[in-house]
Amino acid sequence: MILASRNHLDGPLLIALLMLSGLSLIVLYSAGGGNGDLIWRQFIRLSVAILVMVAIAYTRIDSIQRWSPHVFSAGLLLLGLVLLVGIVGKGAQRWLDLGFFRFQPAEIMKLGVPMMTAWVLARRPLPASNWTIVLSLVVVCLPTGLVVLQPDLGTAILIAMSGLVVIFVAGLKWRYIIATSGLLFAAAPLMWFNLHAYQQRRILTLFDPYSDPLGAGYHTIQSTIAVGAGGFYGKGWIHGTQSQLEFIPERSTDFVFAVFAEEFGLLGSMLLLLIYLFIIGRCLIIAFNARDTYARLLCASLAWTFFVYVFVNIGMVTGILPVVGVPLPLISYGGTSMVTLMAGFGIVMSVHTHKRLMT
Amino acid sequence: MATQHIKDAKREENIIKSRIVMTFFGILILVLVLFFRLYYLQVTGHTHYETLSNNNRIDLTPVAPVRGMIFDRNGKILAQNTPVYTLDITPDQIKNMEQTLDHVSQLVSISDYELKRFKRSLKQRPGFEARTLITNLEHAEAARFAVNQHRFKGVKLTAELQRVYPYAELTAHVLGYVGRIGPKDLKKIDKTAYKGTSHIGKLGIEAFYENDLLGTVGIAQAETNAHGRVVRKLHRTPATAGENLHLNLDIELQALAHHILDGRKGSIVAIEPATGGILAFASTPSFDPNLFVNGIDTKNFKRLNSSDDRPLLNRALHGRYAPGSTIKPFVGLAGLEQGIDDKQQIDCYGVFKLPNSRHRYRDWKKEGHGRVDMRSSIAQSCDVYFYRLASRIGIQKLHDTLIKFGLGRKTGVDLGREPTGLVPSPDWKKRVKNLSWYPGETVIAGIGQGFMLATPLQLAVATTVLANRGLYIEPLFLHSKEDPQTRILEPVDESDAFMVEMNDPDFYERVIKGMEEVVHGDRGTARKLGRKSSYRFAGKTGTAQVVGIAQDAEYDEENLEERFRDHALFIAFAPLEKPRIAIAVIVENGGSGSGTAAPIAKQMLDYYLIERLRRVSADKRVNDFG
Repeated sequence: MILASRNHLDGPLLIALLMLSGLSLIVLYSAGGGNGDLIWRQFIRLSVAILVMVAIAYTRIDSIQRWSPHVFSAGLLLLGLVLLVGIVGKGAQRWLDLGFFRFQPAEIMKLGVPMMTAWVLARRPLPASNWTIVLSLVVVCLPTGLVVLQPDLGTAILIAMSGLVVIFVAGLKWRYIIATSGLLFAAAPLMWFNLHAYQQRRILTLFDPYSDPLGAGYHTIQSTIAVGAGGFYGKGWIHGTQSQLEFIPERSTDFVFAVFAEEFGLLGSMLLLLIYLFIIGRCLIIAFNARDTYARLLCASLAWTFFVYVFVNIGMVTGILPVVGVPLPLISYGGTSMVTLMAGFGIVMSVHTHKRLMT
Repeated sequence: MATQHIKDAKREENIIKSRIVMTFFGILILVLVLFFRLYYLQVTGHTHYETLSNNNRIDLTPVAPVRGMIFDRNGKILAQNTPVYTLDITPDQIKNMEQTLDHVSQLVSISDYELKRFKRSLKQRPGFEARTLITNLEHAEAARFAVNQHRFKGVKLTAELQRVYPYAELTAHVLGYVGRIGPKDLKKIDKTAYKGTSHIGKLGIEAFYENDLLGTVGIAQAETNAHGRVVRKLHRTPATAGENLHLNLDIELQALAHHILDGRKGSIVAIEPATGGILAFASTPSFDPNLFVNGIDTKNFKRLNSSDDRPLLNRALHGRYAPGSTIKPFVGLAGLEQGIDDKQQIDCYGVFKLPNSRHRYRDWKKEGHGRVDMRSSIAQSCDVYFYRLASRIGIQKLHDTLIKFGLGRKTGVDLGREPTGLVPSPDWKKRVKNLSWYPGETVIAGIGQGFMLATPLQLAVATTVLANRGLYIEPLFLHSKEDPQTRILEPVDESDAFMVEMNDPDFYERVIKGMEEVVHGDRGTARKLGRKSSYRFAGKTGTAQVVGIAQDAEYDEENLEERFRDHALFIAFAPLEKPRIAIAVIVENGGSGSGTAAPIAKQMLDYYLIERLRRVSADKRVNDFG
């Protein structure tokens, strides 16, 4: 299965990912106030994640396709389990303690849902029949619902997005898309009342963060101040006052972009956006040139999901989206999401390296 | 893969590829959204957000200036600032106020009064401003709290300077006091000038010279983190201390005045005639101004405010008394101005009657003084002579002369609000009482009774004019201001002075001759004083009625309740030539001026002219020797 003589890694993608990892360590050094321990742990995680990526890149894409139902089922099982025996943290039940380490089963679903949706849709010719579309919607909605119950709105959005985009790329008819959008718009008030009070507050304060400057609005106010104060050139590495004086909350995790934008300015932010855009573009090109429907669907979904990370995170830090727990991919400090992301890129690389085998 | 799918592979691929391209463009649009948002924040709104971030981190703390000190004419400290510990609370930083107060009270004692005051202050100012819970912590308590400081976020132990008046009661009616800035003060002050300052002059010199004493506020810039902890100090504009004030007051003379008046209600005002400088300004009973600095507690305030002796009343400034016979030298001058011959003698049988009237105006001496002229009438304080003189002058002319000496109008002393006193005139009576003037009211005005009212300060000022033989000089507490840094003294502008012109400058000498005989003459009302005096001086006794005495009734001092007894007055200046001190003494319900007020004045004069001089020269000898 693994051809030792061949390199299965995609050079441009790998370089871009390593650049991001390097930026992550630089920003985290500043955000963590020079905490060497924090950098070291992030370095270890990056290394583990890259190893996972390499391992998956060397795995044949048809094997991955075959495993899709198993990964999805296992993920679903664990999600059910987490609701029963999960560990509560920050008002939500997300973690599963396996004795030696704790992880979030929802992370598996970030891969499991697009894999399974692609698997369902690739089994039949496209455009998909109504029955297939309903089935794939079930595949998307079931795990999303379970994650919403935890509740973890950020991850739920990512999971839903990763599955829905597969259905979209598979050629879902525009009239369905328009009809569903209309329906969602109508159902919005209903969804509103099912949100947790803290989630409602976050959405409300998005429109007017200063209505609660010390409570729900505090995060947004301080992070937009940091971003704005950075200006064009930025205040310079470890010279951001908003971050160094601890005005930005959660500055090494979800709000790390505020630190980055304050210290490196619009110039640095542009560079970061370009690296992200390059990675996404590269993934989409690989999807474009993939060997079959499953690979194309999965690869496009991974690229899109990666972008949703970036958009939602920067959107919330700059105050145009509500505060939901979505990290800045590969920059934010944190374990599981990084491994999942890198595993995703492993799949993309696998798609890339195995594209010519059939033709 | 099923074979029927293969022929659709191309179509499938096209669908997916077109959707991938769409996805890419969708992503591009959203990236542009992010870019524009970033551009808006970091370029368009940069200045605004930079200001916000600086406001976040830069903490401006006002540095309160040190209030100027106050000294007497010999450099004795009358008001100073000593360090005390206070406990301040910033309500916004407290989660549970009741619980915090409870915990604090386990470490240090909080009085009910302080607790009440603190709770009241909670509603008055914004919550981010610190306010004082406890003033004047004991050292042990301060130390105990300092050790536990880390447990109390939002509660801060600070060492601050507190105003202290070492002479307490002696200076209360001169200096007044400072107190905490209250809602009323906030309305009239420039709030930026008082940033960091908690006290303001409420009364007396402290209020009058507030702007000089206050100083200029400084600013300390510090960088603080999100938790309010100071990370580093940035820039500091130091505060400029307020100016020190040197007064004309002689605290030793002031102390003697209080000592002599101790246990009585009264007032002594002494002025240096050459400068108008106020040497002594006593009002008894007095109170301890230190009680007011941090807000007086209810019990003490009630005690002071409801006392019959009214210690809070500044008698020297606000006490209005009938001048009684002390007015006679001035009535004499009014007569001389009207061309009346002071040498012309009349016969005094103890009674004066107006033509066409049966009302008898009695002399204090029942049998009368016999043949008297103006000089002997002043010396013996003959009432009949002055009844007659006043009715010959007429009330309008009498009024016009008396006000020239500062009676019936404000003296302009640097102590704030003062009453005008009262020299009555027909106009005044018409205006205020809507009644016409009766000739009998002119008669009693001649001996300083009736409507006429003067404050001790006004009497002292009028006496100063006599001492200066006509030079009116405005009374003044302030001698000089001192820059606390350079120690350079800046003398105040000289007092306003002008001549009270008489048709003949010699008129003053004729009246003063009579005042000299009051003390040194054989029949002078205060002749007892003159006999033992080593210097010659001029004075005039006065006894002012508190209650009217019926036509034929006898004034019986022994059987009169004390509060209805006459007020005793005495005015004097010394030495006779080149006077160095002019004085007015009033003892409420003291009985007679000659018996009570005159000896008090003599003690003051002796001290100032002899004892003090002797000691100063002794000090000088010792210093020269050393």
